[in-house]
Amino acid sequence: MQILDRFRDPETGRALLARVSALAEQAQEKLGRRVVFMEVCGTHTVAISKAGLRSLLDGKLELRSGPGCPVCVTDYGDIDAMVAFGRLPGVTVGTFGDMVRVPGSQTSLEQEKARGADIRVFYSPADAVKWAEANPDREMVFLGVGFETTAPAIALSVAQARALGLKNYSVFLANKVVPPALHALLVDPELRLDGFILPGHVSAIIGRRAYDFIAEEYGLPSVISGFETLDILDALYNLLRQVLAGEARVENGYTRVVKEAGNLRAQALLDQFFEITDVSWRGFGVIPGSGLQWKPEYRDFDARVRFAPEVAEPRIPKGCRCGDLLKGKLTPRECKLFATACTPTHPVGPCMVSTEGACAAFYQYERRSS
Amino acid sequence: MPTGNKSEDVILLAHGDGGRLTHELVTGLFLRHFENRLLRELTDAAAFPVGEGRMAVTTDSFVIDPPFFPGGDIGKLAVCGTVNDLAVSGAEPRYLTVAFLIEEGFPLADLDRVVASMAQACQEAGVQVVAGDTKVVGRGHLDKIFINTTGVGLIRPDVDLGYHRLAPGDLILVNGNMGDHGMAVLAAREGFGFADQVVSDCVALHRITGRLLDELGRGVRLMRDLTRGGLATSAKEIAVSAGMDIWLSESEIPIGLAVQGAAEMLGVDPLYLANEGKFLAVVAPTEVEKALTLLRADELGREARIIGEVKAGGGNVFLKTALGGTKYLDLLAGAPLPRIC
Repeated sequence: MQILDRFRDPETGRALLARVSALAEQAQEKLGRRVVFMEVCGTHTVAISKAGLRSLLDGKLELRSGPGCPVCVTDYGDIDAMVAFGRLPGVTVGTFGDMVRVPGSQTSLEQEKARGADIRVFYSPADAVKWAEANPDREMVFLGVGFETTAPAIALSVAQARALGLKNYSVFLANKVVPPALHALLVDPELRLDGFILPGHVSAIIGRRAYDFIAEEYGLPSVISGFETLDILDALYNLLRQVLAGEARVENGYTRVVKEAGNLRAQALLDQFFEITDVSWRGFGVIPGSGLQWKPEYRDFDARVRFAPEVAEPRIPKGCRCGDLLKGKLTPRECKLFATACTPTHPVGPCMVSTEGACAAFYQYERRSS
Repeated sequence: MPTGNKSEDVILLAHGDGGRLTHELVTGLFLRHFENRLLRELTDAAAFPVGEGRMAVTTDSFVIDPPFFPGGDIGKLAVCGTVNDLAVSGAEPRYLTVAFLIEEGFPLADLDRVVASMAQACQEAGVQVVAGDTKVVGRGHLDKIFINTTGVGLIRPDVDLGYHRLAPGDLILVNGNMGDHGMAVLAAREGFGFADQVVSDCVALHRITGRLLDELGRGVRLMRDLTRGGLATSAKEIAVSAGMDIWLSESEIPIGLAVQGAAEMLGVDPLYLANEGKFLAVVAPTEVEKALTLLRADELGREARIIGEVKAGGGNVFLKTALGGTKYLDLLAGAPLPRIC
């Protein structure tokens, strides 16, 4: 923690903030408008809100949230399927905590639990395997949600279940990979961005190199950032320097965690267990090559194959703009439902539910009630 | 699942039927621990004299999972929680009633541990259990043991605490680190590796709040214990009820290193975590130095700090970040859930 304190030192922070503000003003002059950056990752959104950075940079720089909140981009159809698993007799659904309150077309896992479904929150898929081992008379269906970050642990859970000879553990895999979503954003003609703050955790797995296409194909600056206030300020500083110099590079501002080629062991696990497939993201629709599915030799552990629950065509609530928000086209305050029809206790869309969702972060930390 | 216990070692439905086993439980266990003249009568209602001033009554039910956690257990919590509600209302805690709801099959040894812990907490808090009730429900109809306590206390005629006393310029103090109880219970429940490093702060606060009232009198405007929803939720409730804004300073809010680290790892905000031995006092600016000295002289207030100020406004709570940014704090929406990555 003492080391972490250095990344929060207020004096260094204020000095860096002053430099960021000065560069942001220069960039504004150069472009004739405010600079717009996107923080791709939901954990960055929360860190920015918690540090109060948006209010400190107000008017000089605009920060938009991106598609990096795994719960938020989980499609309605996938959530409806998760609910359907919970309704199958003898099935216990294991999930990360964030998913519990996310509304599907009709209902959420939280509501299903209150009505009698057996829904259990686990911090790690390994705990779900342990649970399955201790409860051989129940089927454990674990909900695989997340990006490259959670996929290795989910792969290992299946390896563990196989080693233990468990027949009652399976995974409903809805994991996604980040780079194709960035491609999808970058080809959108409506989007006007001047650079990306790239995720820290995902980058730890896939490495800095995996983003080179942002600079090479689209000519945009980007910086991989850690999650401390100084990390984020440093990333903004370096992004602004690139903008002012008219450069486009993928900089690694999180070298204490992220390597050039990433975590090779984790990548090997992904290759061993998963293959790439086309999946639907909330707000984006189907993005080619953006999802994971089990390789044929692991399909015994695929909950979709094992149970094939019936799921009706999803119904999308009217007025919810989570999709546009995840594409950086608006901020939470610009959505008509924000803080009126859509609140953390009665969320309409997933961005209001997840702790990493932009709407939840804005609601919690950046809203005045009067 | 067979427990390996002999039948007489666990709570049976018959322990709650009002017959012989109930009688054995009351005389052999509850009376043994809660021994006092009023309870020993075993009449239908306890009668006691009341003095001058006003009476304060509060009730709370405790359903904590797990019932034993680092720094306390459901019994100690059930006493301290109710005692603290009285204490921060400016009352001197006097009497408690206790109602147990127990799941069939709950080990008697665990019940004995819980009741012994309650008796010790009562002794430390200077309160007597004067009435009680026990019900047993079938296995699976509740989770192990639930306890309700109702507390009665006396408020001296000169004590006047409440939202109506708040004025712009008043300062806000807390008596120590935020979030210890909430994190200790979360860690114990989930079996996290750091579970032994975070200990609940569960303790009775009546002495330290009483001293503050004795020394500062009307200089204390309002006190609140910072239980469910934590500091942020209490501050918001105060701001809304008083119709004023509260400005908190993030760098002044004390949070232990272990709680801070664990909270970050799990993605929960310590300002929303429950405390069971922490309170907030709103104090007149002229009295604040005296209040701080007094709190810090007590072992329950060593880490006391001034963390914020009351300002004219409309019920908002703002947090000044270390960098000088501002964030808005609101009520907790639903239980804090762990994040994915």
